[in-house]
Amino acid sequence: MDELTSVFVTESREQLAAMEEALLQLETSPGDADLINTVFRPAHTIKGGAGVIECNFIVSFTHVVENALDKLRNGEISVSSDLVAVLLGCGDHIGNLLSVLEAGAPEPDADLKAEGDSLLSRLQRDWLDEPAKSGAGAEDSRPPVIKVDQVHASGGGEVETDSWHISLRFGQNVLRNGMDPLSFLRYLATLGQIVNIETLPDAMPDAEQMDPESCYLGFEIKFKSDVDKAAIEGVFDFVRDECSLHILPPHSKLTDYVTLLQALPENIMRLGEILVKIGALTPSELDEGLQAQQSSLASDGEADTLSPPPPHLGEILVEQRVVQPELVEAAVIKQKQVSDKKAAEARLIRIQADKLDRLIDLVGELVIAGASANLLASRSGQGELTEATSLLSRLVEQIRDSALQLRMVQIGETFNRFQRVVRDVSKELGKEIELAISGADTELDKSVVEKIGDPLMHLVRNAMDHGIEPGEVRAANGKNPRGRLELNAYHDSGSIVIEVADDGGGLNREKILKKAVDKGLVQAGQYLSDQEIANLIFEPGFSTADQVSNLSGRGVGMDVVKRNIQSLRGRVEVSSVEGQGTRFAIRLPLTLAIIDGFLVGAGPAAYVVPLDMVVECLELQAHAAGTGDRNYLNLRGEVLPFIRLRDLFEIPGEPPKRENVVVIKCAGQKAGIVVDTLLGEFQTVIKPLGNLFKHLRGIGGSTILGSGDVALILDVQALVKYSAQHEEQETGYALPLRAGT
Amino acid sequence: MTTGTHRIAILEDMTIYNALAQKANFMEALQECQELEIDLSHVAEIDTAGFQLLLLTKREAAQQNKKARIVAHSPAVREVLDFFNMAAGFGDPLVIPAREQA
Repeated sequence: MDELTSVFVTESREQLAAMEEALLQLETSPGDADLINTVFRPAHTIKGGAGVIECNFIVSFTHVVENALDKLRNGEISVSSDLVAVLLGCGDHIGNLLSVLEAGAPEPDADLKAEGDSLLSRLQRDWLDEPAKSGAGAEDSRPPVIKVDQVHASGGGEVETDSWHISLRFGQNVLRNGMDPLSFLRYLATLGQIVNIETLPDAMPDAEQMDPESCYLGFEIKFKSDVDKAAIEGVFDFVRDECSLHILPPHSKLTDYVTLLQALPENIMRLGEILVKIGALTPSELDEGLQAQQSSLASDGEADTLSPPPPHLGEILVEQRVVQPELVEAAVIKQKQVSDKKAAEARLIRIQADKLDRLIDLVGELVIAGASANLLASRSGQGELTEATSLLSRLVEQIRDSALQLRMVQIGETFNRFQRVVRDVSKELGKEIELAISGADTELDKSVVEKIGDPLMHLVRNAMDHGIEPGEVRAANGKNPRGRLELNAYHDSGSIVIEVADDGGGLNREKILKKAVDKGLVQAGQYLSDQEIANLIFEPGFSTADQVSNLSGRGVGMDVVKRNIQSLRGRVEVSSVEGQGTRFAIRLPLTLAIIDGFLVGAGPAAYVVPLDMVVECLELQAHAAGTGDRNYLNLRGEVLPFIRLRDLFEIPGEPPKRENVVVIKCAGQKAGIVVDTLLGEFQTVIKPLGNLFKHLRGIGGSTILGSGDVALILDVQALVKYSAQHEEQETGYALPLRAGT
Repeated sequence: MTTGTHRIAILEDMTIYNALAQKANFMEALQECQELEIDLSHVAEIDTAGFQLLLLTKREAAQQNKKARIVAHSPAVREVLDFFNMAAGFGDPLVIPAREQA
């Protein structure tokens, strides 16, 4: 696939996403003209793009869709949920066609083709072939497009247009004299609105005689403005001697136009067409004027220029009428599109993901190398060198942050995909469900975003299928029959939390417990806390759905969800209130590559705690910690459970006289870690641990220090949980954590 | 692409200062092929003279029953074509690559 095609495919997919989003919104606010335009634009752009790369099957399909959208935009048909459904289908189909193109196939296979044809024939039958004016005006408050009507209107003594008409013919020397007609026209545009402009290159001789430094151009301009004639003339003061300028005020007499036609050098027929094209005259006005003029000139030799008889002229102009509005429309849309795109373009650069990954890798190496330089510098004891390296490491830190920032994307796009999912699934299930999205601008690492899509999809479908009850049940329980699903994201101390919440029936405690006992997951009569029961749903093969639907309930999934999330170093929690709803919270690290770490020492080894989880550091005082077997201390009147890293990892040797406590906070829980020494801030490039250490609890990864030594990264979440549990059980002993569970 | 298609890329500004050379350039290129593809994606500036040249090339091609297509527009070219309302008249699809500014 060549580059042009791949750019086309990528951009078209973005366009389709925009179209889908707008369509979904359109369903809820059918009269919104802006939305209709937002739907129209992608179709138009995709068609145009497909034309460039000569992909005919996309052009021909999109063309029909565009026609339908055009009718919609002109108010000839109105928005209905049927139409939206078909258009959504069309959007999907275009997506499929893009995949065909991507796969390099010359055209779609028979199935896809049949699907496309059936969509098109539905569009054709239900919307395109309907009498054109059916919904216009009546249901749709939007006025029909005026431009078309203007051209249809019949002429009277005065012409209909309320704009100035300016005819300009530039002299050959203007360019050579350093004056650019473009500048004058741009200046003119500042005085009012150039409604339409038509360029006339007719005076330009054939290539051999054409002097590229001469100007041969003329312009017919329809200009809307409140200024007076003198002001318009003033625009062209500098070139006054070198151009011929005719200005007709709004609502001029038809005869004035005829006079103008004769005064200009070009063929009257051609000029007439142009005047019609830019909307200065209507075709019938022109016909009328020319006929009158022809009869008066019948005896004159000039009649030659009008040799085509009037009916013929009319025909051409009628044809012109068909072409004209489209041309103008297309130009208007394109201009808007260009400016929209330009704005977006200025903010976005598209690059290959692997280039970015390479950059991140390099930055990782840079961080390690920088740390080593730092260490050497401080060992050497040379003040200047230390200063230089510390400046360097600050810069490296900034580079690291910006490099990582490059990978950050907003989660909103992922969330928005669910609008469609919720719409489709709720139709399928016959439940009325609304989706509320918040925190769409929360950013997280791109690689995380990609991997979170599937688990999220599962949770969303699950919530709709099992969570939210059917409308009747809801109404019977005194709830709003319309179910509500929430997607929410926010940052919380170095991680991102994504929540999927529904206001359905909640988890049925008894049912889960019974099922768990049946499956042999727990012993009958065993006491479990609510939290533990809720977590049972993540066990493999667990489903409490009475019926297996094609959406969920097969009991595969929740364990897969959990595993997927764990592979991203995240975790998932569920909380539920019976009768009120269920909330799944996925907690993920912000990035997978580099973190700010806090380096601590215990025994001979160094350990890293993610810095954004560190709250404070304090000295462990013997009296505050009480006797050695009590693993909590009094932190300003608060009970703080702590663990000793020495005990935890069974580090041999005597602890030093002064031990330190690093207070960490994770998911709202605080805990202390007792270490020998505090070594300070350290940029940590996370290196994953090998497969062998996969089951190690309390260790999240490893990193390389400036000295070349390996430091282990503590899995703070696990430690906090461990210390809290440990304290609850009050065994009094710190049980060593070992590999394996 | 069929044989007989040439592509020329204009790298400098399409202003009056370059008009003479560029006219020769365009005409020569058009002589040599059946279908001329013009890449204007690197044109940073274009004025009326440059625009006029495009018109000439288009017309010349049409007269000789050849094709002259602008296959890539720079923002400046696009803006001028839009201003003169010739984008539709030229009939060249405008693709707006996102990495243009990169």
